[in-house]
Amino acid sequence: MEMFAHLADGFATSLSPLNILIVVLGVTAGLFIGAMPGLGSVNGVAIVLPLTFVVPPSSAIILLAAIYYGAMYGGAISSILLGIPGASTAVATTFDGRPMAQQGKAGLALIAAAVASFVGGTISVILFTLFAAPLADIALKFGPAEEFALVLMAFTTFVGLGGDDILKTIVMICLGLVLSTVGLDLISGQPRLIFFDQPGFYSGISFLVLAIGVYGIGEVLYTIETSKTAPAVTPAKITLKELGLGLREMNKLWKTMTMGSVLGFFVGMLPAAGATPAALMSYGIAKSTSKTGRTFGKGNIEGVVAPETANNAASTGSLLPMLTLGIPGSPTTALLLGGMVMWGLVPGPMLFIEQPDFVWGLISSLYTANFAAVAINIALIPLFVWALRMPFTVLCALVLVLCIVGGYAPSQKMHDVWLIAGFGVGGYLMRKADYPMAPLVLALVLGPLMEKSFRQTLIAERGDVFAFIERPLSGTFMALALLFFLLPLINYLVKGAKRKIAPAE
Amino acid sequence: MLAADRLIAAALMALSAYFMWHATVLPIGWNGETGGPGGGGFPFWLSAIMFAAACGILLKTFRSQARSGTFFDLSMVRSVLAVVIALVVTIALMPIVGTYIALPLFLFWYLRIFGRHSWAVTVPITILTPVFLFFFFEVTVKILLPKGFTEPLFFPLYAFFF
Amino acid sequence: MNNTFTRRVALAVAASAALISATTTSALAQDWKPIKPIEMVIMAGQGGGADRLARLFQSMIQRENLSNMPILPVNKGGGSGAEALRYLKDKEGDAYVLMATLNSYYTTPLRTDIGVDIAEFTPIARMAVDTFVLWVSEDSGITNLDEYVAAVKAAGKDWKMGGTGTGAEDSLVTAMLEKEFGLEMTYVPFEGGGEVAKSLIGGHIDSTVNNPSEQMGFYNAGKAIPIAAFTPERVAAFPETPTMIELGHDLVYAMQRSFVAPKDMPPEAVAYYTEMFTKLNALPDWQKYTVDEALEADFLTGDDLQAYFLEERAKHEALLKAMDEQAS
Repeated sequence: MEMFAHLADGFATSLSPLNILIVVLGVTAGLFIGAMPGLGSVNGVAIVLPLTFVVPPSSAIILLAAIYYGAMYGGAISSILLGIPGASTAVATTFDGRPMAQQGKAGLALIAAAVASFVGGTISVILFTLFAAPLADIALKFGPAEEFALVLMAFTTFVGLGGDDILKTIVMICLGLVLSTVGLDLISGQPRLIFFDQPGFYSGISFLVLAIGVYGIGEVLYTIETSKTAPAVTPAKITLKELGLGLREMNKLWKTMTMGSVLGFFVGMLPAAGATPAALMSYGIAKSTSKTGRTFGKGNIEGVVAPETANNAASTGSLLPMLTLGIPGSPTTALLLGGMVMWGLVPGPMLFIEQPDFVWGLISSLYTANFAAVAINIALIPLFVWALRMPFTVLCALVLVLCIVGGYAPSQKMHDVWLIAGFGVGGYLMRKADYPMAPLVLALVLGPLMEKSFRQTLIAERGDVFAFIERPLSGTFMALALLFFLLPLINYLVKGAKRKIAPAE
Repeated sequence: MLAADRLIAAALMALSAYFMWHATVLPIGWNGETGGPGGGGFPFWLSAIMFAAACGILLKTFRSQARSGTFFDLSMVRSVLAVVIALVVTIALMPIVGTYIALPLFLFWYLRIFGRHSWAVTVPITILTPVFLFFFFEVTVKILLPKGFTEPLFFPLYAFFF
Repeated sequence: MNNTFTRRVALAVAASAALISATTTSALAQDWKPIKPIEMVIMAGQGGGADRLARLFQSMIQRENLSNMPILPVNKGGGSGAEALRYLKDKEGDAYVLMATLNSYYTTPLRTDIGVDIAEFTPIARMAVDTFVLWVSEDSGITNLDEYVAAVKAAGKDWKMGGTGTGAEDSLVTAMLEKEFGLEMTYVPFEGGGEVAKSLIGGHIDSTVNNPSEQMGFYNAGKAIPIAAFTPERVAAFPETPTMIELGHDLVYAMQRSFVAPKDMPPEAVAYYTEMFTKLNALPDWQKYTVDEALEADFLTGDDLQAYFLEERAKHEALLKAMDEQAS
């Protein structure tokens, strides 16, 4: 068992006192960076990357893993407390996390998110340890047609997410998809939808801008109108007893967590997909299979657990194609890849053979970082919950300031700050008229991937639309997509049939 | 409520028409230049669907019974409007007077004038927030925020921290 | 309170004005030092080859203390670099903006009218020239150019060539290939070189003209086969691979990796940055990196660089015209 010997070596280095200190510092820094709307793991990794050239390479990897994990955990914090997803991976966490916080269960939601992240991270690291090499071949089989089928599947798991008004849901999906096409058309290389000839539109409309606008500013405006004086949030308390209660409740959710972890790992592993579709699909599947599926979106703890296990599992999964194929699945892994190249490592199929020290050092530090992240996160929950007890007007003022600065930070353009204000006001008005916001945001996230893979396939197959069903992998996904689309209907019919039988008995 | 519904649906129709007009710059048909839809195809036809759906919403408002309730609570809408205006002014000021004047001004207005908080709450938050932002964004994350004409004031700080 | 505040701001403005005039009058390169962080605009999105290289330079500058102020990378990859070019145009006279360029520096203003003339910008330094190589996957069984041409001719439009977006470097090289050999292939655009490399090995496309650095991992594993290089001399990393010129085809294409600055950057700042990059170029680490990644470290500064840019722009104009004629 050569693998375990390597892993043991890796642990020997990652558990030295210096490296434990590095993990603690890295995780804490990552947690705060991830919790800040607008900043995420990509910023954390970008900052520490130059630093890693002054510390020994083994410690450098550990620092990067710690920041990466810390930021992934942190993303859930702003989703739950403020209702603003700090990164696209944490969108689905807001659906139930935010209502839980409003019901005064912020502490419970945060614990659920932390534990779920831990479970997702751990299961996927184990899968990674055991199957890294064979899985790389599956990732290679994924071409544009399979990507399209996968995105379609992610979309269909979300059919039920919109409001009751189907027309309004359609409007929002289309709006999100159209906004996602702003900027450059990859296929023809031509700019499109450059409104008012503003150069800011060349880079398209980023997910963060829309999410901060709609969920951040829109939400604040909505709350100001509905309750200027009375806080909408039930003050949250957190006690040890509650912590134990939370952990016990988590115990019942093993099925959801396992499903989320495995799904997250596999979807995250596919180069183009990544953590966002993984989290969304996990949420969608949990919703349609759960016994309490009806209360999803109204503060169901399962609705926090499902996406959080999946997005953490996916961010571990996305390291796989980076290491074994040299393809980054996300901006963060792209930066990590750049760092590896600077250390003189060549990512690709030979890395596991030529540089086992590096690979197993990284894997073992993923285990340690994951442990440190869950411990530090839970320890800090009282602090985060305490922040929610601020007077409402103070909290609103600070959230607005964070929205402005957080919107500016990723691109460093005032253009984006104006867009945020615009989306905020527009989103507020549309929300008042019962237009659902989730489909809009999701469409913007998945839109570019969908259009790109659709058109790539058609170019490669020279306009043959049957290519999507003829290829075995994409055909399977298309069938699954259809199933997910029909599942709510089947569910309904089955329940209807049961109801008919019941009185007869 | 009904008027607001109609207004929003009409605005969405106008918006989608505007998108459609923009999208026609690139080919919108099948097989435009390649084996699939052209560069304008996706935005054009999705906008068209959006137009139709918004149209449907508009028509529905005429058929259905008027929804009860008013869209805006007038006393509250004034607060929302005040915050929106303050936000716009703050964003407009940022590139000119810098983040570190614009944001404290906004906080001061929000806390002291809009929120009617005591000086003991207003002053520390107004002063500490920019300090925190400076250390978090500029010193730690190394993202510079707009300074406007206050930039020279920061040169000694840069020399010290970087 | 308000009064003293305005007075302090006024004072600071006056002081900075004095500072600026002082630096311009002394005009000695050694005297000029940046007093605030320097922005490094990258003409491409996060994670691509250009981005990775720019960030490598940033970390090397920081580690070797070549600049007393940090260099902060900002990605402005929108519209194939159109966004970055417009941004640089607006920064006229600014001494704190540098831009990391690639070939879209000339192709983007040629392809779309964005009101930017690159002749106005201040050239700083060309750090490297990246090479292009024609690749097929091991599974194809193709080992030389003749077999390649025969295979493409047999497949016709069913032959899939993968590359980055239409109008970008890869598509230009593809057009050159098609013209030289009288071929017709289907060009499938992808988002980045990494995705192209994976699609080649996964069998979703049949050939690519990737930069060696993007294909290196698969080459080392024996899964990607280099057919020919679009370079004047053989690439050091692939001594067995012939150049197109050796095979009797005049096909040469390269990707430049340079730094430019806005129009009218103060000369002392230009001197400072030129010296900074000159020192960077001499670093053993950088020289080693160029060998590992099959880059050519061809350092060029000042007027020579500007002449190179203008010459390349003229070449690309002709290339793009030929490509449009081919398409229609």
